[in-house]
Amino acid sequence: MMKELKKKRTKQLAIWTLFWTLSMALGTFGPKFLWDNNTLLTILGIILSFALGIGMILANRRIVIEGDELEKKIQLESMGLTLGLAVVVGLSYAMLYTTKLLTGHAEIANLVIFIGLTYFISSVINTKKYR
Amino acid sequence: MKNRIKVLRAEKNITQEELGEIIGVSRQTINAIEKEKFDPSLPTAFRISKLFNLKIEEIFFYEQK
Repeated sequence: MMKELKKKRTKQLAIWTLFWTLSMALGTFGPKFLWDNNTLLTILGIILSFALGIGMILANRRIVIEGDELEKKIQLESMGLTLGLAVVVGLSYAMLYTTKLLTGHAEIANLVIFIGLTYFISSVINTKKYR
Repeated sequence: MKNRIKVLRAEKNITQEELGEIIGVSRQTINAIEKEKFDPSLPTAFRISKLFNLKIEEIFFYEQK
């Protein structure tokens, strides 16, 4: 992907991610602090967040598709490792919860944080590997 | 896979950035190919051979590991 196009696509992804994050905050805190648990507004908030999430996914997909062969390889290796670890660690985490070995609740947010960190770290390592 | 891209590029006096722009890949990809950390796809290898006006086997050398 040419430099200018890459910059443009990265900027687009950042904008989609920003709006999706804001919509998540709106969907989470809106019912309590903004519209007093109005069901219709809550549903609309969730739909908005879902739609912006799809937009973010498509923006990310476009970056991967338009990347050159090495960038695609790096993405594939990073995503493959992240997906595998997410399934294995996620199910192990769930087993800890169902067998009551985990004190407290198994939060989906913990898994999301784990996925984000795994993807970030594996991307950095794979990028360095081909430098 | 061994290759002569660095030498050919020096003969033509073009940078990794310029070579990448010509054949449609990033500078990092050219660098990884030159350092033999990454094998290019067949279309990229053809574009490189066309640019240097050489056969693919005169640029890339397969070595069984």
